Amino acid sequence: MDKQTALHLYRVMRTIRRFEQRSTTLFGENKIWGTIHSYAGEEAIAAGVCEHLRDDDWITSTHRGHGHCIAKRAELGKMFAELLGRETGYCRGRGGSMHIADTSKGNLGANGIVGGGIPIATGAALTAKQLGTDQVAVSFFGDGAANQGTFHESLNIAAIWKLPVIYVCENNQYAESFPAKKAFAIEDISVRAAGYGMPGVRVDGRDVAAVYAAASEAIARARKGGGPTLLVCESYRHEGHYYGDPRKYQTKEEIEGWKTAFDPLLDARGWIVRDGLGTEAELDAIDRAVDDEMERAVAWAEAGPPASPLKFPEDIYASY
Amino acid sequence: MAEKSNVQAVHDTLRDEFRRDDRVIILGEDVGVRGGVFRVTDGFIEEFGPDRVIDMPLAESAIVGVAIGAAIAGLVPIAEMQFADFSAPAFEQIVDEAARIRYRSNGQWNVPIVIRMPWGAGVHGALYHSQSLEAFYAHVPGLKVVVPSTPKDITGMLRSAIRDPDPVIFLEHKATYRAVKGDVPDGDFTIPLGPADVKRDGTDITVYAYGLMLHRCLEAAETLGREGISVDVVDVRSLRPLDSETILREARKTGKCLIVYEDNRLFGAGAEICAMIAEEAFDSLDAPVMRLAGPESPATPFNKIQEDAFLPNADNIATKMRELAAY
Repeated sequence: MDKQTALHLYRVMRTIRRFEQRSTTLFGENKIWGTIHSYAGEEAIAAGVCEHLRDDDWITSTHRGHGHCIAKRAELGKMFAELLGRETGYCRGRGGSMHIADTSKGNLGANGIVGGGIPIATGAALTAKQLGTDQVAVSFFGDGAANQGTFHESLNIAAIWKLPVIYVCENNQYAESFPAKKAFAIEDISVRAAGYGMPGVRVDGRDVAAVYAAASEAIARARKGGGPTLLVCESYRHEGHYYGDPRKYQTKEEIEGWKTAFDPLLDARGWIVRDGLGTEAELDAIDRAVDDEMERAVAWAEAGPPASPLKFPEDIYASY
Repeated sequence: MAEKSNVQAVHDTLRDEFRRDDRVIILGEDVGVRGGVFRVTDGFIEEFGPDRVIDMPLAESAIVGVAIGAAIAGLVPIAEMQFADFSAPAFEQIVDEAARIRYRSNGQWNVPIVIRMPWGAGVHGALYHSQSLEAFYAHVPGLKVVVPSTPKDITGMLRSAIRDPDPVIFLEHKATYRAVKGDVPDGDFTIPLGPADVKRDGTDITVYAYGLMLHRCLEAAETLGREGISVDVVDVRSLRPLDSETILREARKTGKCLIVYEDNRLFGAGAEICAMIAEEAFDSLDAPVMRLAGPESPATPFNKIQEDAFLPNADNIATKMRELAAY
C-alpha cells in the first residue's frame, strides 16, 4: 500500500471515530433525540471498502450507518444537521441518524429495517449491468441481516445474473442483543456464499489493509463482469446496540477485552509507522485536522435553522 | 377503436410501452418463457428478450426490492406479483422502502415502478389466490393505488402508471380479465391516476364500486332502472389518490349513498369513502351511508357454493339498492 492511501484510510477511520464521539457528546447534551447506533470499532470496514468506490457507485447502508456515509464522502455538517433535526440536514431533519441518504454520492441510504437495503443494492447493480456501465453496488449489512429473507433472495439473484454487487457483512458479533454464535450454526458466515455460487471471503474487520485488499479484488471482479462476492468482515462494536444500551448480554470483561484488542485505529497506527508509511507526528497531525474539521461541522450544524413546520404533502409524490 | 378484453388491454398496453421506451422492463414469476399465468406477457420474451422480460425466482421481496434499486438507478421496472396474495412477503419493500424513498431523500430520488397485482375472488382461487389487498396499500402515503376495471381505463391508466415518477400499485381484477370487454380508443391516450368516473348517470341513489363489483353494480342498476329507480354508479378507479370532488359531488346529487366492495367490510376502502361522505356531505344526505361488502372471513372459501355467497352479487346488490332508495 502506498503512503497516500494508508494515510487516507487512517483519516477516514479517524473521522468516523471522531464523528461517533461527537455524536455521543451531543446526545448526552440532549441535543439529539431518539437514538444513535455507534459504528466505533467497525471503521476499517467502511473505510477499506469505500476507498475503491467512485461517486457514481451505489451503496446501501444500515441503522449503524454513519461510517458508511462518511466513507462514501458525505458532508459532515449536513450529517450532524440531520442528527440535530435541522432544516440543513441531509433529509431536512426528517430522517435523523438512521436514515441518511446522499443522492450526490450514490448513497441509497441508511435503513432502519435490518436487511431492507440488500435487494435495493441488487437492483441498482441490475441497472448498471443492463446499461453497460462499470458501476458497482455495495450493500453493507450486519450479521443480523444475514438471517433475513432478503439476504437469501438477493444473493441468489445476484449470483444467477452475475451482477456487479458486493455484499459486505459486518459481523459485529451481535444482532441487537443476540450473539452471532447463537444465531448461526456455522462459525464462518462466508461459507454461505458457496450455497449461492459466488466467492465468499472472510477477513479481519479490524485490519483496514486486509479489508482494502479483499474489497479491491471483489470490486475489480464486479466491474469486469465477474459477478458478486460475499465479503464477511469479522468485527466488534465498541458501544452497545444503541447509545445507552445497558448491555446485559455482555460482560464487562468481554467489552473491555475487545475494546483494547480490537481497535482498527490503533492497529492502523501500528503498521503505518512500522512500515514507514507515516510517522506518529503525521498521524497526530491528521487527528488534529479531523478534530478541527469536526468542530467546524458541529458549529455549522448547530447554527442551522430548526426543521420547518410540518407541511403535508411534501416530497411524497411528484404530483398528487 | 377496437374491442378488447381487460386482459388483452393489459397485454397490449404493456407491449406498446415496451416498444415506446426501452428502459421499461418487467420482473416476475413465469413472465418470460411461460408468458405469464394469465398470458399478460405472451410473446414478450420473443420480442423484447430475456434482459427486459425477466423470469424471477419465487422471491417476491426481491422482485420488488430489485425493481426499486433498478428504478432509482435509471430503469423503469414493472414488478408483477403473480397473484396479489403473493405480495405479502414483499410488504416491507413496498411499504417501508418504495413508498418512502422520495420523502427520505428530500424529493431528490424517486421510484418509478409499477407493481401489478391480479386480485379478487370469483375464479375459485381459494385462500391464497383470491384476496383483496387494496386497503393495505391504499393506507400508505407514498404509494398510488389504482383499480381500473374496463379495457379503456386499464389502457389509459396503465400508460399513466408506467410514466408516473412514483410507485403505483396497479390492481387488475382477475375475474374480469376475460369476462369484461369493451372498446378502447385508438392512439396514445392516457387517463390520469386519481379521477373517479361516473359510469352510469342517475338521480335517485349513488353507488360507489370498483373491480368486479363495479360490473355487478352496473348490472343491478339496469334492473333497478326497469323498476323506475335511477341509479348513479361511480367507478372509484383510483383509491390513492381518492377523488373527493367526484365522490362528494355525486353524493350531494342524490343524497343516498351505497358503497359496494368485495373486501371484508371492516377497515376496507369502502369505510374511507363512507367516512368522507359523512364528514363532508352530511348536510346533503337523506339516508345513512350504506355499505355492502364481503364477510368477516380471513380468506375466500374454495367451493362454489360458499364463494358465490361470499361475494356481493347483482341480486343482493339490487336488494340493497332498493332498501336505500326506499329509505
